[in-house]
Amino acid sequence: MEFAISILISGISVGGQYALIAIGYTMVYGILRLINFAHGDVFMVGGLLGIYLTASLPLYLSLPLVLVLTVALGFCIERVAYKPLRSAPRMSVMISAIGVSYLIQNTATYITGGQPMTYPVIPFLSDTVKIAGTSTKWVTILTPFLVLALVLALTQLIQHTKVGMAMRAVAKDFETSQLMGIKINSVISVTFVIGSALAAVGSMLYFTNFQAITPTAGALPGLRAFVAAVVGGIGSIPGAVVGAFIIGICENVIKSTEFTVFSDAGTFALLILILVVKPTGLFGEKVTDKV
Amino acid sequence: MKKFLAGALSAALMLSLLAGCGGGTPAASGGTTSGGAAAPSGTPASGDKVIKVGVFEPASGDSASGGKKETLGMQFANAETPTVEVGGETYTVQLVLSDNGSTTDKAPSAAADLVSQNVAIVLGSYGSGVSMAASDTFKEAGIAAMGVTCTNPNVTAGNDHYFRICFLDNFQAQVLANFAMEKFQAKTAYCLGETGNEYDQGLIAFFEQVFTANGGKVIKDSFPTNNSDFNSYLNKAKAEGADVIFTPVSIAYATQIITQAQSLGITAPFLGSDTLDDNMVLEAANGTDIQLYVSTFYQEGGAPTFDQGIKDYINSNASAKDANGGNDTIAAVTAMGYDAYYVALEAIKAAGSADPAAIKAALPGVTYTGVSGAIAFDDIGDAIRDTAYIKHSTNTNAWELETVQKAS
Amino acid sequence: MIQEKNKKGALIPLVAAIVLLLAVILLENISTFLPQGSVPSVLMPTSQLFSVLKKGAVYSLAAVSMNLLNGFTGLFSLGQAGFMLLGAYTYAILSVPVADRAAVYYLYGGSAVNFSFQDLFGSIFGTEGLGGAVSMGLGVAVAMLLAGCVAAVFAYFIGLPVLRLKSDYLAIATLGFAEIIKAVFQWQALGPVTNGANMIKSFPTFSSFNISDASGNVILRLATFFPFLVSILCIAVICMLINSSYGRAFKAIREDEIAAEAMGIDLAKHKMLSFCTSAFFAGVSGALFAMFVNNAQAKVYTTTMTYEILLIVVIGGIGSISGSCIATFLYVACSEWWLRFLDNEVILSSGAKLPFLRAGFRMVVFSVVIMIVVLFFRKGIMGDREITDLFQKRPRAGKEAAK
Repeated sequence: MEFAISILISGISVGGQYALIAIGYTMVYGILRLINFAHGDVFMVGGLLGIYLTASLPLYLSLPLVLVLTVALGFCIERVAYKPLRSAPRMSVMISAIGVSYLIQNTATYITGGQPMTYPVIPFLSDTVKIAGTSTKWVTILTPFLVLALVLALTQLIQHTKVGMAMRAVAKDFETSQLMGIKINSVISVTFVIGSALAAVGSMLYFTNFQAITPTAGALPGLRAFVAAVVGGIGSIPGAVVGAFIIGICENVIKSTEFTVFSDAGTFALLILILVVKPTGLFGEKVTDKV
Repeated sequence: MKKFLAGALSAALMLSLLAGCGGGTPAASGGTTSGGAAAPSGTPASGDKVIKVGVFEPASGDSASGGKKETLGMQFANAETPTVEVGGETYTVQLVLSDNGSTTDKAPSAAADLVSQNVAIVLGSYGSGVSMAASDTFKEAGIAAMGVTCTNPNVTAGNDHYFRICFLDNFQAQVLANFAMEKFQAKTAYCLGETGNEYDQGLIAFFEQVFTANGGKVIKDSFPTNNSDFNSYLNKAKAEGADVIFTPVSIAYATQIITQAQSLGITAPFLGSDTLDDNMVLEAANGTDIQLYVSTFYQEGGAPTFDQGIKDYINSNASAKDANGGNDTIAAVTAMGYDAYYVALEAIKAAGSADPAAIKAALPGVTYTGVSGAIAFDDIGDAIRDTAYIKHSTNTNAWELETVQKAS
Repeated sequence: MIQEKNKKGALIPLVAAIVLLLAVILLENISTFLPQGSVPSVLMPTSQLFSVLKKGAVYSLAAVSMNLLNGFTGLFSLGQAGFMLLGAYTYAILSVPVADRAAVYYLYGGSAVNFSFQDLFGSIFGTEGLGGAVSMGLGVAVAMLLAGCVAAVFAYFIGLPVLRLKSDYLAIATLGFAEIIKAVFQWQALGPVTNGANMIKSFPTFSSFNISDASGNVILRLATFFPFLVSILCIAVICMLINSSYGRAFKAIREDEIAAEAMGIDLAKHKMLSFCTSAFFAGVSGALFAMFVNNAQAKVYTTTMTYEILLIVVIGGIGSISGSCIATFLYVACSEWWLRFLDNEVILSSGAKLPFLRAGFRMVVFSVVIMIVVLFFRKGIMGDREITDLFQKRPRAGKEAAK
């Protein structure tokens, strides 16, 4: 029982952190129809920035700065690597994303010298707490609540503000919304800014929990978050969140059995199953091809 | 053109953003400044005769941390003894570094890079997989290679050019299994390794053989590459009532496992292999209640002059300090790298020439007493070693010698 | 490299391929003919040049087979590494001599598969001298063919559910399958067959093709020639497929699925054909890759490898076979050879260190170069043209001028 609870707790907590990354994937996909492969690496850079900045600045300055710099990085990536390719075939943009991911990982290897880096201890979040007989960190407990709060705020933003309306319009029909006078480029930038900001928050939570950062540390959470976004129905924010919790829990359940080798493979099997049965994911909208 | 300029400028901005936070931070954090590069490769030859020694080590990828520490030992040895007498002439020894990237697909070309620079003998690598992948390249070139800390039996088996100066996985696993049974009266062991990593899985398989033969029970798990969430595994170990947890994993994973075990309140002792003998792992255990025991090749204090020398070297050289993870705790692999360099010099002396073939022929007969103990080769090319040190973390950033285990 | 524009057109590529192969043999053996000491170090048999050439030959086949799927049929698949893994393991499992199996599978007390083609042919043709060479060559050829077949069969079963998916979804599903295949091969329970996490080694590799005399001295080097031969043969087959009516159907599917269907092209059949053919050659290139690195180990066949090959395809030009080949050699040479100096610290005579140069800088520069290519040379080196197009235009223009 104690074991089952501990599995569930870590599943939900990890799921929450995946959700923060998955939103970035799903929003970008909804608007640009682009799988932003570099998103997981932006998340990793958020972690690295956290290490370097807290080493020289007090926490109350460094954490906001991490947020700002990660957002700046996400914004720059969009402007440099994706914007020039707006009229190019979708595959070129995806390749560009892979290239950016490659560049970020190699640069991180160069700067850190390939050594694993240790994320600083954030007071309170890193403290241990005991619930139902299993001890865990505060961050584990707080993550789901923080995620829900952020997602609620985000849906409010999308449903009730002008920017949100523009985003919905662009996601619905790129060209028509352009004709209606929506500034496509700024809407896309806002999307990337929001995605990167959530990834930065995600990185703080995730790396407080799992402290070592290597240049490839973003790859696996990124991939899983992406799978979560697809499972939930890519383009849908509630879908991404639900998908992330499903993936997080599934992953931890598989890890508790003796088939631990398949913890990743199981995630992918679930993905393929969903794609084959319901290609648009749990909450995705049905898209019909126009001839 | 305008577009190009804009693109280039933003790219530069992005890079400097990354580089800025890398370079701009003072070293206050201890080991978190911009990473350590391999120090300059030897002294440039000043017209004298030069003999080149290849250093085939990872400087990037998962094993970078260990590879750099091993290289550090060789560089220190090279700084200490930069020349060798061959047939009455003095040769300057030049270390030639080549990064094998910790992956077997990059290893053959990294090896070819060394060979094409006409090295006389090769040292390395940290990690058995890359050593095996590069083996044939050295074989074709007729160059002897000397593994420093690659412990997989297959590195030296079935060839006459690969040697090694460390003990083997089966010996190490046996020592640890016996230790677990004697010290903790362990009945159940939980083994955790990386999926698809021959080092982890090989050690676990050997550990299981010994442990179950003596009546123990083993639970085995593997985690995917790049994994960082170990909570479920550790909870499982706890739920299964494991008496010891055996984690022969790479450094990055080990630090994660230790810190997460601390927050889960795991009380079972951790057993680790030689990879865990690293100051990053030590730092992770610092201030925790985790009991961490590792088997290794060398214990600090075993050779005081060497200890002092290498500490001075590390502290006087910023890039060496970075490579060592920001402090001056001596890793066993550094001591091994140091010994490997001297064994190579002995082989060159014994060969009496700078010719790779002669050195290869002379190497099996070389004996040398290094800081990590006496080194001699058996007919497979493995070092005849019957000693492993087991030490535990004091959790105040230091190792303490627990026991010296001999082969039974 | 070969494009059958017309009957005459086929001759030029054929001659070009033979010339290329002869050039490789010459290049590889030139060091034996030149007097000792005068051989430039780059031509020595152990030089980095040959390592790059071998890897280039292996990767160009992988890239061309990916191009067949992504570039010519317009199916965006990211399963390349998974199929290469299948090929590599099939080849390795069927080629390790029985005598060496106990040592290779030392954790499992020997292999469950006690059979190898080399031994099988050895019992027919003998194991020494010419007979040995024949049985080794045949063993490698058959195992390689099977490597391709196994990959193709897996592709068929994967394709049944997956090929119904569109663009990005297909990419993700195939990527998922590659990961699942990798996990299965790393599963310890299958250890007696796959050797679990350990690598399979001791099978014939490229250097086994060097011909040596009785005393063990190499008299004719064929180690680089062999991957070139296999790659050229396979690429030739792919070219013929692309220029056949099937190839035209593939291109029609790429341009517009609905229009293609209206023209009477069986979408499911042609997609499956392209998917399986691509997997077959990916399997063969996987077998070649195992020979190149002297071992087969599942952890090497990551998504990063797929991305690398995809980058090569894009740099070469989506839909250009010669582009893929040229890009492969440039890519491999840049990443592993030409830029290597960037990894070493350089100390100037004044004692100052050159900034930035240290381990890892090579890959940073390399990825910046790739980004520049992706952003500013969007069509890649060749676009969708072939190298033969470049040659054909000029003679025609010349003839017209002569008239």
